[in-house]
Amino acid sequence: MHELIVHGAEWTDKIGFVYPNEFIYWSIQIVMYPYMTGLVAGAFVLSSLYHVFDQKDLKEMARFSLVFSLCLLPVAMMPLMLHLQQPLRGIEVMMTPHFTSAIAAFGIVFSTYAVIVISEIWFVYRVFFVEQSKALKGQPGLANNFKRIVYNVLTLGAYELSEEAVRQDKKAVKILAAIGIPVAGFLHGYAGFIFGSVKANALWMSPLMPVIFIMSAVVSGIALCMLTYLIIMEWQKFRAILAKGRGDASVELLRGVEMDLMTKTSRYLMMFLVAAITLEMLDLIFRGYTQMKSWDILRTVMFHEDFVKIFILQYGLGNLVPFILLLIPGLTIRRTAIALVLVLFGVFMMRWNVVIGGQAFSLSFMGYMHYDLPIIPHNLETFKEGLMGALTVVATPFVLFWGVNKLLPSLTFRKQ
Amino acid sequence: MDCSRRTLLKSACAATAAATLPISAFRLFSPAECRAETGKPGTRWIFLVDTEKCVGCGLCVKACKLENEVPYDAPVTRTWVERYVITSDGKSHIDSPMGGRDGFTSPKIDGQEINPKEITKAFFVPKLCNQCDNPPCVQVCPVGATYQTSDGVVLVDRKWCIGCGYCIMACPYGVRFFHPEYKVAEKCTFCYHRISKGETTACVQACPFEARKIGNLRDPDDPVTKIVMTQRVGVLKDEYGTKPQVFYLGLDRNVR
Repeated sequence: MHELIVHGAEWTDKIGFVYPNEFIYWSIQIVMYPYMTGLVAGAFVLSSLYHVFDQKDLKEMARFSLVFSLCLLPVAMMPLMLHLQQPLRGIEVMMTPHFTSAIAAFGIVFSTYAVIVISEIWFVYRVFFVEQSKALKGQPGLANNFKRIVYNVLTLGAYELSEEAVRQDKKAVKILAAIGIPVAGFLHGYAGFIFGSVKANALWMSPLMPVIFIMSAVVSGIALCMLTYLIIMEWQKFRAILAKGRGDASVELLRGVEMDLMTKTSRYLMMFLVAAITLEMLDLIFRGYTQMKSWDILRTVMFHEDFVKIFILQYGLGNLVPFILLLIPGLTIRRTAIALVLVLFGVFMMRWNVVIGGQAFSLSFMGYMHYDLPIIPHNLETFKEGLMGALTVVATPFVLFWGVNKLLPSLTFRKQ
Repeated sequence: MDCSRRTLLKSACAATAAATLPISAFRLFSPAECRAETGKPGTRWIFLVDTEKCVGCGLCVKACKLENEVPYDAPVTRTWVERYVITSDGKSHIDSPMGGRDGFTSPKIDGQEINPKEITKAFFVPKLCNQCDNPPCVQVCPVGATYQTSDGVVLVDRKWCIGCGYCIMACPYGVRFFHPEYKVAEKCTFCYHRISKGETTACVQACPFEARKIGNLRDPDDPVTKIVMTQRVGVLKDEYGTKPQVFYLGLDRNVR
């Protein structure tokens, strides 16, 4: 006998007339899913801006964001697994896809994307692998030996370092990055399509949904890469200060590199932010103007029930404030950091307002549902689909990055 | 033996094709599938609800829960009855406590007492899966665990459902939910295990007022088909293009 749990009843409050079977079935993990996928796609697009369009100012960022998108890759799948009622059958989405379903494409799109990211990283780092394997040769110690074996395996037997070979590597990176942009876009656009194509849901159903998702994905991806980079640089600066004192040249160098990079990358961030907001506003205005049957309930959800979440937290605090912060001349590291955190928060709120907001009203259009996020778990379900589950998902890419960065150093700016 | 890369690849491909062919051929001529395709050509299950006859006793909900092993006290149900009270100010007051399982014994709706003098009309509307001709739930299932039988009923394979909830989201009628025990998508099946044996559904059998009827659209002599063909019947949420196959007599515009 299984434990009797009505999925969703735990965290759903019903107000007014709601059909008996209606609950918040898609909870925090489905908020996390497009958020994490968005970060992956965004991080990759950022790195491709350098590789494909030769945006030289993004050179440092490119390598880091590429490796970071690799760390985010397995995390995009995690929320889905945590959300499934039958997680052990999750693999069937890959094995027996039913192609009229938007989710069924996941296996193909996601694996294609993973292959592109991994191979691009391989081409970017091949020379490094070879150099490392050569440098470690003959060095004493078990750790060095082990490291050499790992690098040997990573070269896949391609040891050639001739000019021609390196040139071909670069060409491959460029091609992969170029293919990767539409695939990353598709990966996330299709996440938008999952929602946009649900005709039963008045809030979700919109052809603009995939495009809105792509734009906000790029925004969040860039913001996360910038923020992580900033934190790591601050840490390095702090260590340099401890070692050499505040006025040392290396500290100044670090500071200069960091600020320069932030100013340049934030320009791209703002561009995509404007695009994202424009599309969202278009969607809202269109709904308000056409006033379909669902508009009455949507209006009450947007302007009354969820007003604070949508207009104050998402558009105000998450979009407008960071936009102004980044626009004011004389950008400082601290101001950038605040703006980036706010941007990330804004995109998260956007996902929340779409996923949870879409379930905030009943299909009967006569009632509302409120979602109470389980904070302290008391069973597996409230862990998986509660704050703790979400935090687990958030923490994973950073743990992965810590490990991956040991093999693929993506922060070696001083060499350049 | 001389074996170039080309020949190796060629023979590998040939071997794979040779290995898969018998399996797929067997699948093509599966006797069970042939029988299912040709056996009963003339069945399309439909349902008729006469809202004028429903008194909201909830016996259908009770019968359904017991017949289909949906936990009795869980707030989810395969079929339910809604009560509508329309007042003179044009407002509709709707409720369905426990899906109407225990009938509607309290005059209060949503904790609110309605002055009987203000009531202009009041009625009950039973709901169940519409077994749509164009079911969005089947379309969105990522693994094909939910499917439509050749006689029009949408079923869920409990051994295959991954529990993503996409079908629940896709259904405009809110008939789907997660089974509290099996942890997979659950829905009304028109009591497929009964109708395919020539019996009627549990809810139809339990209804003392014949407000619910099941019939076969392909049979012109079927009493339900006759009503659907000759009288003015309505369906729920036509605008979603799902082509619902549960027909209502006396459907009010306030019904959601």
